[in-house]
Amino acid sequence: MSDTPPRAPRWAIWLPLVLFLGFFVLVMIGLYRPADRNVASALVGKGMPRFDLPPALPGRPGLDSKILANGKPHLVNVFASWCVPCRVEAPQLGELAKAGVPIEGISVRDTTENLQGFLEENGDPFQRIGADDDGKVQLALGSSGVPETYVVDGKGKIVYQHIGEIRPEHLGLLLGKLREAQQ
Amino acid sequence: MMAEIGLAALWLAAALAGLQLVAGSLALTARGAALGGAVRPVAMVQGLLALLAFACLIYVFSVSDLSVKLVALNSHSMKPLVYKIAGTWGNHEGSMLLWVTVMGVAGGFVALVERRLPERTMLATLAGQSFVSLGFYAFLLFASNPFERLSPVPAEGNGLNPLLQDLGLAFHPPTLYLGYVGLSIAFSFAIGALITSEVGPAFARAMRPWVLGAWIFLTVGIAAGSYWAYYELGWGGWWFWDPVENASLMPWLAATALLHSCSVLASRNALRAWTVMLGVVAFSMSMIGTFLVRSGILTSVHAFAVDPQRGTFILALLAIYIGGALILFGLRASSVTEGERFALVSREGALVFNNVMLSAILGIVLFGTLYPLVAETFGAKVSVGPPYFNPMGALFAVPMLVVLAVGPLLRWRRDRFARVGKNLVIPAMLVAAAAIGLLVIGGVALLPFLGLALALGLAWASLLPLKGRNLRRTPLPIWGMVTAHFGIAVALFGMSSESAFSVEKLVAVKIGEVTQVGPWGVKLDTVEPVAGPNWTALEARLLVRYGADGKVTRMLPQSRSFWAPPQQTSESALLTRWNGQLYAVLGGEAPAVDDKDEAKSAAGSDQGRWQLRLWWKPFVPLIWLGGLLIALGGALALAGHVLADLRRTIARSKIAYRRERQGR
Amino acid sequence: MKRLLLSLVALGLALTAPAMAQEEQSTAPYAYRQLDDPAKETKAQDLMESLRCLQCQGQSIADSDAPIAGSMRSLVRERIAAGEDPEAIRAWLIERYGDYVSYAPQLTGLTWPLFAVPVFLMLIAFLLLRRRFTGKTGDAK
Repeated sequence: MSDTPPRAPRWAIWLPLVLFLGFFVLVMIGLYRPADRNVASALVGKGMPRFDLPPALPGRPGLDSKILANGKPHLVNVFASWCVPCRVEAPQLGELAKAGVPIEGISVRDTTENLQGFLEENGDPFQRIGADDDGKVQLALGSSGVPETYVVDGKGKIVYQHIGEIRPEHLGLLLGKLREAQQ
Repeated sequence: MMAEIGLAALWLAAALAGLQLVAGSLALTARGAALGGAVRPVAMVQGLLALLAFACLIYVFSVSDLSVKLVALNSHSMKPLVYKIAGTWGNHEGSMLLWVTVMGVAGGFVALVERRLPERTMLATLAGQSFVSLGFYAFLLFASNPFERLSPVPAEGNGLNPLLQDLGLAFHPPTLYLGYVGLSIAFSFAIGALITSEVGPAFARAMRPWVLGAWIFLTVGIAAGSYWAYYELGWGGWWFWDPVENASLMPWLAATALLHSCSVLASRNALRAWTVMLGVVAFSMSMIGTFLVRSGILTSVHAFAVDPQRGTFILALLAIYIGGALILFGLRASSVTEGERFALVSREGALVFNNVMLSAILGIVLFGTLYPLVAETFGAKVSVGPPYFNPMGALFAVPMLVVLAVGPLLRWRRDRFARVGKNLVIPAMLVAAAAIGLLVIGGVALLPFLGLALALGLAWASLLPLKGRNLRRTPLPIWGMVTAHFGIAVALFGMSSESAFSVEKLVAVKIGEVTQVGPWGVKLDTVEPVAGPNWTALEARLLVRYGADGKVTRMLPQSRSFWAPPQQTSESALLTRWNGQLYAVLGGEAPAVDDKDEAKSAAGSDQGRWQLRLWWKPFVPLIWLGGLLIALGGALALAGHVLADLRRTIARSKIAYRRERQGR
Repeated sequence: MKRLLLSLVALGLALTAPAMAQEEQSTAPYAYRQLDDPAKETKAQDLMESLRCLQCQGQSIADSDAPIAGSMRSLVRERIAAGEDPEAIRAWLIERYGDYVSYAPQLTGLTWPLFAVPVFLMLIAFLLLRRRFTGKTGDAK
């Protein structure tokens, strides 16, 4: 044992500090960037998936995705009677409907009675309401919650997805997206 | 009044921590040496004051003093007393107060008892401990004061998350915190040793009981947390690789590595720099874990208290402590040699292998946990879960477990495999037999297959260090090692068996209907409402029978509705047998599911069907039994080391006494 | 006080939301019903354990009571029953929700470091250990 005992190589001694600095920078960025917990649909910019939903209310039309390619831009609103923010956005949807925007509803995991009550209470801006009882169309759209609103252009392409309730300040944005889709 | 006393105690404790830091640092210089005598008493008083502050907080929670904001936000006067007390640490401020309390008390205790190290190292250690405490005191007092008052006083409190109203969970966080914060002592020892360049067997012996103690609490805490998730979340899973779980696993991995390298340093004066490094890393992992949980930077099922501003504060503390310690390490480590040499095939060699593998697993868990954040900085979202952690962890865990079977049999310095080889014939045959048996059964996935095959051989091999010893005279630390290693085999068997052989049954049954789950027949007898102190529930009575002619036993799963705050939980019912556990959950009243059209046309015809989720999980309790054995092994080793130290101290004082008398 | 009251109300709302969601029963046929073929059910179960629940953000759809998780389970089971390959179903979901929905990271330009790290760790371990043990195994010479 006359030779000097082994030492850790220099790079290994500083390696932990380098790794920690990496960690520090990473979480700094993470802390100061507004956290976005929404899971956006990856279908924006792509075609609307094909579906044909039965009517959610007796005497009202159901929703076939073919209607979304009829040359006019549409809003497709994914909603449910059990969803609190859906009540919050109802006035805004009403305003959009009054402005002549065709709004199609996809009612997710709901019952006829509850839906009827919801529409009586909060107004009914929808042209058609399809009943997505098992949530399959919701999944096909890449929607991760309710409410969500999709802007679909006249050729059946999704051009924009709005996650969460539509507040008054979002109206301009949505109308703009609809206008863009028209061209 | 109590809240003000608590706050005052907290301020005083913080001030004393400042004094401890100043006195301790000055005492290291030639001119300030006279201050050295003050450091230990100050450390003890600081610990007592922190304890007093915590006691005050427990008091205001237990009497539901709603004029304290923290109580109003997190408690409710109608809660059972034990959950009122548990509410003390079930929130951010309270848990941080618990953190500094444990740090202060542990530091005070070290000051009281530890006399083996050179006094300079002790002063540096205590100064280091107070430096770390000071940051957390500042965090409490400036960013999360637990004693803040409310005016006017609300009529009623907000309640505690019902998921947390459970005995197991009530005592899970404090256990984990004792482990997390216990590691701060190892951290301070490492700092002290780096400052004074005194890294040797004495340092390892002084540090070891603290590492062991913290590690025992961590082990128990993780096992308890896993069991809680298992029965409370109602889906029979016991480990999700969730960020919060990973946050508790990472310090454990580092502490396990530290424990093993400590024993190399204590016995053989080798792995010096590496042990100091691990001492720094272990507590760093505690802080990083706390940061990840508290800042809410990662999405998690268990994230109960999140706040980015506080996250920034903790991050600043992390930068100071971890960054500072690592810089100190970089500057000093070149003066700390690795110590004695040893051959590849030797006890040390096996322990080094264990350390490297544990560190690699730690690296994987840390990187996998943080990766979603990395991806987000590039504007993408990814998820990293069990399909990543399981195989990647196994990549390093399996070789480590193989070496675990051999390592304890090897001699220090150098050895030959040929010498120990004949002992391993039986374990190897067990592994082979289990593997062949499993292949015959078929259908077992790779990881459980490896686990089951290894577990039996490992269980046998873990007992081999006792072979040829007089069991009565075997030192306690050897018993501890054997018990802990045996516990690993037991836990491994439980995990693998659960994942290989679990049977799941989801059914919608009418009253009186019988379902078969694995070997069990389960009959739904009744479903009736019951009420608790702050909840109402539907309770199902299940009559279950093992095999065709087993005894009929009752199981009572509930579906609970809490009203403060309003939330629904399912209380699973568990029935444990020696060979596994039957797990039952009552879901809601089932919607008709047999056929969609039929259901729509004949709504209501299907009433009286109840949703049941049933699992038969063979040998699943072994997971936690193994965990407890591991902790018990730690406790035996700790007792052994402490007793040996005591004996040595007593012997030394006797010798000193005799000398004194002879001198006269 | 006003702020506190507001936050209390907000907290109350946030906590009631899941309770209200209980009214939202998943009527998806296979949310709580297993496939009759045990081999297919096992396949479905394995896939479900590696898919992330989008609402609860931290649980797999196999361990979640969220209704959307029920819809996803039903989708998985129905497609497996129809003979579809589990990886095709995963790909279909990733096409809609991005990589976030899958707990099993795929090897892509974004995730390669996850798979490089084990290799990197082994390399470091090898470098450090080689220094210790090669050639000069202590006082043997």
